[in-house]
Amino acid sequence: MGVAGYQRPARLDEALAALATAPRVVVAGGTDFYPARVGRPLDDDILDISGLTELRRLSEEGAYWRVPALATWTDIIEAGLPRYFRGLQLAAREVGGVQIQNAATVCGNLCNASPAADGVPSLLALDAEVELASTAGTRRLTLGEFITGNRKTARRPDELMTAVLVPKPRHEGHATFLKLGARKYLVISIVMIGAVVEVDGGRIAAARIAIGACSAVAQRLPLLERELVGRTLDSRLAEIAVARHLAPLKPIDDVRSTADYRSDSALTLLRRALVDLAGAT
Amino acid sequence: MSTPIPFTLNGWAVTVTANPARSLAEILREELRLTGTKIGCSAGDCGACTVRLDGRQVCACLVPAGRVAGRQVVTVEGLAQNGRLSALQESFLVHGAAQCGICTPGMLMAADDLLARTKSPTEAQVLDALGGVLCRCTGYRKIVDAVLAFSKPAAAVTPAAGQAVGARLVKVDGAAKVTGAEEFGADDWPADCLVLRAVRSPHHRARFTFGDLEAFRKKHPGLVRILTWKDIPGQNLYGIYPTGKDQPALAEGVVRHRGEAVCALVGDAATIASIRDEDVPIVWDKRPPMSGLDAALASNVEPLHADKPDNVLVRGRVVARDAAAGIRGAAAVARGNFETAFVEHAYIEPEAGYARRVSDRIEIVACTQTPYMDRDELALILGLKPEQVRIVPTAVGGGFGGKLDLSLQPLIATAAWLLNRPVRCVYTRPESMASTPKRHPARISATFACDARGKLTAVEFHGDFNTGAYASWGPTVANRVPVHAMGPYEVPAVKCTSRAIYTTDTPAGAFRGFGVPQAAIAHEALMDELALQLGIDELEFRAINVLKKGSMTATGQKLEASAGLGACVEALRPRWNELREAAERFNRAAQGPMRRGVGIGCMWYGIGNTSLSNPSTMKVGLGRDGALTLYSGAVDIGQGSNTVMLQICADALGVPVSALRLVAGDTDLTADAGKTSASRQTFVSGNAARLAGEDLRRQILRLANVGESAAIELAEGRLVVREGSATRTIDLESLPAGGLMGTGRYDPPTTPLDGDGQGVPYATYAFAAQLAEVEVDIELGTTKVRRIVAAHDVGRAINPAQVEGQIHGGVAQGLGLALMEEYIPGRTENLHDYLIPTFGDVPEIETILVEDREPLGPYGAKGIGEPALVPTAPAILGAIRHATGARIRRVPATPDRVRAAIVAQGRKKAAAE
Repeated sequence: MGVAGYQRPARLDEALAALATAPRVVVAGGTDFYPARVGRPLDDDILDISGLTELRRLSEEGAYWRVPALATWTDIIEAGLPRYFRGLQLAAREVGGVQIQNAATVCGNLCNASPAADGVPSLLALDAEVELASTAGTRRLTLGEFITGNRKTARRPDELMTAVLVPKPRHEGHATFLKLGARKYLVISIVMIGAVVEVDGGRIAAARIAIGACSAVAQRLPLLERELVGRTLDSRLAEIAVARHLAPLKPIDDVRSTADYRSDSALTLLRRALVDLAGAT
Repeated sequence: MSTPIPFTLNGWAVTVTANPARSLAEILREELRLTGTKIGCSAGDCGACTVRLDGRQVCACLVPAGRVAGRQVVTVEGLAQNGRLSALQESFLVHGAAQCGICTPGMLMAADDLLARTKSPTEAQVLDALGGVLCRCTGYRKIVDAVLAFSKPAAAVTPAAGQAVGARLVKVDGAAKVTGAEEFGADDWPADCLVLRAVRSPHHRARFTFGDLEAFRKKHPGLVRILTWKDIPGQNLYGIYPTGKDQPALAEGVVRHRGEAVCALVGDAATIASIRDEDVPIVWDKRPPMSGLDAALASNVEPLHADKPDNVLVRGRVVARDAAAGIRGAAAVARGNFETAFVEHAYIEPEAGYARRVSDRIEIVACTQTPYMDRDELALILGLKPEQVRIVPTAVGGGFGGKLDLSLQPLIATAAWLLNRPVRCVYTRPESMASTPKRHPARISATFACDARGKLTAVEFHGDFNTGAYASWGPTVANRVPVHAMGPYEVPAVKCTSRAIYTTDTPAGAFRGFGVPQAAIAHEALMDELALQLGIDELEFRAINVLKKGSMTATGQKLEASAGLGACVEALRPRWNELREAAERFNRAAQGPMRRGVGIGCMWYGIGNTSLSNPSTMKVGLGRDGALTLYSGAVDIGQGSNTVMLQICADALGVPVSALRLVAGDTDLTADAGKTSASRQTFVSGNAARLAGEDLRRQILRLANVGESAAIELAEGRLVVREGSATRTIDLESLPAGGLMGTGRYDPPTTPLDGDGQGVPYATYAFAAQLAEVEVDIELGTTKVRRIVAAHDVGRAINPAQVEGQIHGGVAQGLGLALMEEYIPGRTENLHDYLIPTFGDVPEIETILVEDREPLGPYGAKGIGEPALVPTAPAILGAIRHATGARIRRVPATPDRVRAAIVAQGRKKAAAE
């Protein structure tokens, strides 16, 4: 057992100082913290970062949009972000119910690093980076570098994720998100897909597509992304996607589905996502 | 580590001193005693704890209390102003949006958030805004209606004397459910209460010994006692039936399923919360589990219970004439194998309550469906006389059969008895799911045969039911299934058998339908197959075979009256034709992956116990103070028996419902009205309530010396009786000291079943037919139910609004059974891995009430609780087959299974071509 500590600093430097002295469980939305402790003692040392008002508001910062540590999924839905964020907004609406969207943070979703995290495929497709701060300074990692495995990240215990940074697209950007689950609301994905294309003169200049819940970490599909470049953005894109593009996935059997079904439906969703992107222009 | 947390609660400034890491939900309930905010899962999965924080809906179970400092919190208690319900609360009440009421505070707060932003929301907005709250009773549709109509709720009906039966009366206990005042199992406890937590087996099968428990206890100053099986004062075995009790309150060195209680920690709340299960000195010796039917039926297995060497708990059997011959001579024969999963009740209220010793008696205040059975069972466990045990049922936050078994009662009762202090226990969601009984998984093989005109000639059916580690209600399932397994049809030759098999899985017990929903999946699929073989429309095929008045059932019972299945089928026919045609038109035109289909399911269900006496006794008293009180031992678990009993009794007595008070459940104050199960309360206890009312009426009329048609009125200390132009006034002071008491007792007439299952197992049967319209995405295998049309023969709807509520809720559970629900011991012990339908999954439900009156029933009524669920899954599976050609024989029909069946069907078709 042991007596738990609880700190709720009002400033980032205080928070970082606290993390520098001892490892603490960082609680932002709390939506992953409490569920992991049902029927167990609350004996962690907790750093509640909800008081860090400086990490609350979304902003534009040069070539990036900044989604700070306390930005919730509701903020993503309501912040008046450009259409480029459509995929992330669609994902935001699929995170739990409105109660969860109001509390859970985008950064927390990444730090929790669930294979079925709703935010990860879209943020991979947006080529997002994460910003980690400690008393030693600040560093940036790509999201792919940050999430290293099933519930594993590159965050050191003394670090706090202060923001997700979404680079602005070089061309006209389109995004979508599709989620497959066994019921309508409050459902953990069987498969989900986040997809972004940048279009220049009617042709695809860049494509980024990621599939979640089909491997320990959501995976980009680089082969398909390369093949899409130069194509016209129309519904015939769906015909391009084939099973070999899914090679990066390593789906498993679990309580939600079978590995075979995940592979099968991932391809279906992939084609639908491409059709959806074509329709979004 | 407590700190003061000042915040604004429902407009009032409050400061609570508490550990800031504890959740807001716990602080509201435990520290501020504001128990309107419910805890259903502590994990954000159910939304019962929804409150508004700075105006936004959040799950209070996920908010560290420390962060509400300086902020605004509004709970359900903040909705009513100056004792007046808000328009939203009023609307919930009038629309019957609350059944058990446990999710209602969460629903209201989510809706309150929506309505603060959007004055006239669309249905889609309501679904999105409330989608984070789960309800297990209502099927959601009446909640949607209540929110959409909140600004203009209809007026509540107030029927005059003699007009209550048939009226859409608002629930008599409804107001407390919408204000948060209703007290469920976890909502009240004495101030000096100790807390108990059971330590449970993490293994499916094991032996164990304890280390030095006394040393462990001494290390934790707030730990008052550790109970083990040696502390159980009486018999450490319980079970539903008088013989064959097999389940220990605390395991005696052997655990037979994961989640079985091995010891119980009793102490102050903080200490109990601080102890990890794995730190309790228990030495485990893991044994190989015996999970599922095949493992238990294999040769050379170590039997789970010494007296059942083959792991077969019980067998059931109904045989009439020569089924094999009937199949041999048939024009069409359909065979199939079917499989169903464990299904969890998933009531939003986990088991909870407290016990206290009052000199040489013990009182248990807890949620239950069966007060008198609890009383008698606890008397055995405590070594007391039944009269020394008092059961005071709290409001029940959903039951569905799951609260027919004892859960925490033996532990809190033992602790309170030994320590002479009140002791409280609240199950966590995973604890509730791991330790309490489930719906039996079934494996069924069946053969249906008919002649060339489509008349059934014979049925063979065998079902094996996984009853888990302990008997619970396994014998009930094994006995009920063979009676119902041929479906609600005339079948001359029948051989239906069943077995309940012990395994090391979670015990399976009672769940809405006692095995009949599983059997119905098989019989309805095979009815469809026969219809297809003969080229007869599936609905017409049912119409040819329905049981009707005068039919002989397979147990040799002649149905004398109230067999309205034919009327139910005919009531569906226009919608069936229309929707089938529309689906086929849609599919012919379909370019994309969506296919529509329409299926039908029929059912019957015997009301009350199978061939066993199950009497109810009700009393209604007129006191010298003028109070008319119905003493009802029938527990209302949300289905509405409190309201129905008053409606029946009021009409029998000849007074308006508003003249009657209700005392419900308490075994010291009410007589035994049996258990709330087997859809029996309206029929059996309703009859007792009617007889009690009639008895009191007779006494009053005799006192006034008037005839039977006289009208009774209570006014200002006087009883006024009018007959024609004559008026007699009786001074209440002139009544005998105890006032007048009317008593009614009813036990449905049945006979025992012989060795071939022949006899009269039930006094009456409910019948129903439902159709389901679905849309299947054939590429993904996902199924969206678009519509259910439900026609139910209820005999007489005592309260049509509540009957509809039962149908909606049953349909939602049937939909879950069909499409998503699968409990896997050790793997889906929470409400995000175990899925029940949400707001977005339950479609529009059209209800058609067929009232083929039952002469034995109170005012012609039968039952509706279980019948509502039974036909839904078969109808949905039939609709999937109609849409895709794929036959789903294993439920739930999850997307992966439906997709696999579609692919296999495609291959078969290609091979055939």
